[in-house]
Amino acid sequence: MTKWLEENTPKLVLAPSFIAILVFVYGFIAWTAWVSMTRSRLLPKYEIEGFIQYDRLFASPRWDTAFGNLFIFGTLFIVIAMILGLVLAILLDQNIRTEGAIRTIYLYPMALSMIVTGTAWKWILNPGLGLQAMVRGWGFEDFTFDWLVDPDMAIYTIVLAAIWQSSGFVMALFLAGLRSVDEEIIKAAQVDGIPTWRVYTAIIIPSMAPIFLSAFIVLSHLAIKSFDLVIALTGGGPGYATDLPATYMYAMAFSRGDIGQAASSAMIMMLVVFAIVVPYLYSELRSKDG
Amino acid sequence: MANILKIEHLFKNYGSVEILKDINVEIEQGDFLVLVGPSGCGKSTLLNCIAGLEPITGGSLHIGGQDMTAVSPKDRDIAMVFQSYALYPTMTVAKNITFGMKVRGVDQATQDKKLAHVAQQLQIENLLKRKPGQLSGGQRQRVAMGRALVRDPKLFLFDEPLSNLDAKLRVEMRTEIKQLHQRLGASMVYVTHDQIEAMTLATKIVVMKGGVIQQIGTPAEIYNRPANLFVADFMGSPAMNLIPAKARANGSGTDIQIAQDRGDPIVLTDTKNRDLPEDVILGVRPEDIGDAAMRSGAHMQEAECLIDIVEPAGADTYAVMQLGGKHVTARLHSETNAAPGNAQRLAFDLGKVSYFAPDTGLRLN
Amino acid sequence: MADLSVSAASPTGQSQTGKIALRWSLYTLLCLFALFYLLPLFVMLTTSLKSLDEIRTGDLISLPREVTFDAWRTAWSGACTGIQCEGVRPYFWNSVLIAIPGVAISTLLGAMNGYVVAQWRFRGANIIFSLMLFGCFIPFQVVLLPMARVLGMMGIAGTIPGLIFVHVIYGLGFTTLFFRNYYVSIPADLTKAAKVDGAGFFRIFWSIFLPLSLPIIVVTVIWQFTQIWNDFLFGVSFSQAGTQPVTVALNNIVNSTTGVKEYNVDMAAAIIAALPTLFVYVVAGKYFVRGLTAGSVKG
Repeated sequence: MTKWLEENTPKLVLAPSFIAILVFVYGFIAWTAWVSMTRSRLLPKYEIEGFIQYDRLFASPRWDTAFGNLFIFGTLFIVIAMILGLVLAILLDQNIRTEGAIRTIYLYPMALSMIVTGTAWKWILNPGLGLQAMVRGWGFEDFTFDWLVDPDMAIYTIVLAAIWQSSGFVMALFLAGLRSVDEEIIKAAQVDGIPTWRVYTAIIIPSMAPIFLSAFIVLSHLAIKSFDLVIALTGGGPGYATDLPATYMYAMAFSRGDIGQAASSAMIMMLVVFAIVVPYLYSELRSKDG
Repeated sequence: MANILKIEHLFKNYGSVEILKDINVEIEQGDFLVLVGPSGCGKSTLLNCIAGLEPITGGSLHIGGQDMTAVSPKDRDIAMVFQSYALYPTMTVAKNITFGMKVRGVDQATQDKKLAHVAQQLQIENLLKRKPGQLSGGQRQRVAMGRALVRDPKLFLFDEPLSNLDAKLRVEMRTEIKQLHQRLGASMVYVTHDQIEAMTLATKIVVMKGGVIQQIGTPAEIYNRPANLFVADFMGSPAMNLIPAKARANGSGTDIQIAQDRGDPIVLTDTKNRDLPEDVILGVRPEDIGDAAMRSGAHMQEAECLIDIVEPAGADTYAVMQLGGKHVTARLHSETNAAPGNAQRLAFDLGKVSYFAPDTGLRLN
Repeated sequence: MADLSVSAASPTGQSQTGKIALRWSLYTLLCLFALFYLLPLFVMLTTSLKSLDEIRTGDLISLPREVTFDAWRTAWSGACTGIQCEGVRPYFWNSVLIAIPGVAISTLLGAMNGYVVAQWRFRGANIIFSLMLFGCFIPFQVVLLPMARVLGMMGIAGTIPGLIFVHVIYGLGFTTLFFRNYYVSIPADLTKAAKVDGAGFFRIFWSIFLPLSLPIIVVTVIWQFTQIWNDFLFGVSFSQAGTQPVTVALNNIVNSTTGVKEYNVDMAAAIIAALPTLFVYVVAGKYFVRGLTAGSVKG
């Protein structure tokens, strides 16, 4: 008996966590998928009725806005954050004397809760008391920066705040990547007389492809999860102008008592993540496997 | 004499891949067994099986007369020295050595006594308070050995312990291990890919390839009478010359005919070996081909060989020629008059040669 | 480090001034960005120290003419988070009660799991690990509904233990990942030597792996603390009026529709909510970065 215990201790130790993940991740996903195919409203029903919830979802104008916002926000956020992160990383890579301090400053927003970020930016973007008021106070009477209350522009405030929060992280990733390039290749290029900017574009940046991928994955993940930021910054408004799938789902689940809609919107979010992350994980695990 | 280690019909699979096939080895108390072979031949796996770190798929394993096939490593009365030394990085040298005793619940007094004894034996007394990160490669090696010694086991297992050392240190440590073996009279199983280590350290060698034992024997047996082409080529440095030849019986023995790419084929008459098939591979070590003028012996056969390259190497001069379509090296005296492009009269010591069948690679004589 | 300054010299005579001009523009650019990142923090701080009058009559970035800590006092013990007007203090304490056990348990479990997956390979271990890893990436919206029901069934809905439970479960993937990646680089021979020495599974962990683990423990603790303290989604979904974490309280204060908007109180409350993770970042930021990039950068 003790021999069996001895031999199987590793499995027994891992088991509780594994079972927990099976139940609380995969089991729950299955439950949500199931419910997304039923007529559940306030309480879950379990008779499968097909894709009616998804039909309702795609017919809902609010969801339309939310899903569209996801792409607008997602694309802008990821692209600008990556570019900004790369630029900052390259700048910081130039033997800056106060590099440590500057890096700390660029990165600290990552340590904040998105509620804090949203709160701060909500204040800054407040048309009556924030930036707009301040610049007007300087004499520029016609200066407008009322994105926060403008239904067409509000989504870009989310982009701005999100970039503020996460670009430091991208910078840190890229800086590490820039520095992991083989010194010898760079020296060889210098000896060849290749100018600095060319060394970057032709040698360093291409060799950082895996890191671009990592950054993309993490940023996509952050984008899809963006719930806290929206709630704090705009509350989904004005109206539903800054709704994202995450806020839509929450509203359906806890305010509207429409569990079927909540489940279906959650499943759509799941699928979007799936489509991005699964290929990445697959390639990661194949290369890391010992 | 008691068998300290007996392995019978041992098989080991990883899933569907056969790593070890039908291994049978026995050694006696005081033997120094070396498992040698190229990378991937299964020697480390076999050692791990002996240690109990890997389970056996089939067969049995006895240590000290007891069946240890299913016993866990800590109960096999063995000690192991690893290639990377595997010293516990956060413990001092002293704690590294006594860790096993501590786990077993040995009392402090005995621990201290044994530690002192081993430290003195290996001359590491001044290192006891240091951590592995502060030691040199050679020092770490000694500590790893100390950890093994302090267990006073029936069997010492070494997994390529010298591979991480530079050449000079390797030779020094090799000698130390041999001295340790002689002083303690301990039984040791040692894995290496270096055939020189195998030859110098072993009382018994197991040559392995592809999970199969090619030959078991003393260093002399392995060297002088290799069982097949692989062993002949792998063991010994410089390697044994393996020359394709044609054998034809004549009255007093066998005529061995070897083609030369420029010039007439040479014919050597072997009076010792008969009944050889027509196609053979003649195995002859460089030191058994010499200047005819400076060699004599019962089975010497002389022939004119066209020399391609002459390599002076201090005490010897190596001459390379083309025989049977292969590069053949002869070890000549440094004062030889052999010159490239010239024919040289060489003596082949047929009393020391080996014959192999070209198709199976097996030894014929 | 890519030292490209060497190649910046061009063969023409004005290389020296050109280089200096380049350096100056570089530093200027960096400073501008630094201002961008610091602006919100600065604004939060100054606003929190102003009176409401000053906020209305002054402008966004001006320093307070008269520094007052009233907003801070209100934020801490008087602000209204709905019906209650106790400030963030009780909720701050809730967050502490959630974070500390949550971090401790998920770190410990992650360490043991990582140890098993990295050093005690058995058939299926990698599949199990992959499944756990994937769990890190799911959007939590997809488990909100069933978790709410299960917490109810377990009798811990809306409680602190309930939130701890949720954070531990969904933190397992990351903590296991961190430890597994760390332990995988420790040579297998070490475990073998310990086995030959007679040590078993737990002994090897306690005597050999744990002492080695300080760097990764720090990284994991910082990461988990930041995740749990800053969380809002689980907090707002699974807590009730008395058990809400500080992030939820903050949001309630800021977005409360009753009464006059006290921007200075809002800012003070935000800073209070941000202090712990900010403090951790300033003190152990190096490890924080290492944690962020641990799973992301290859090699």
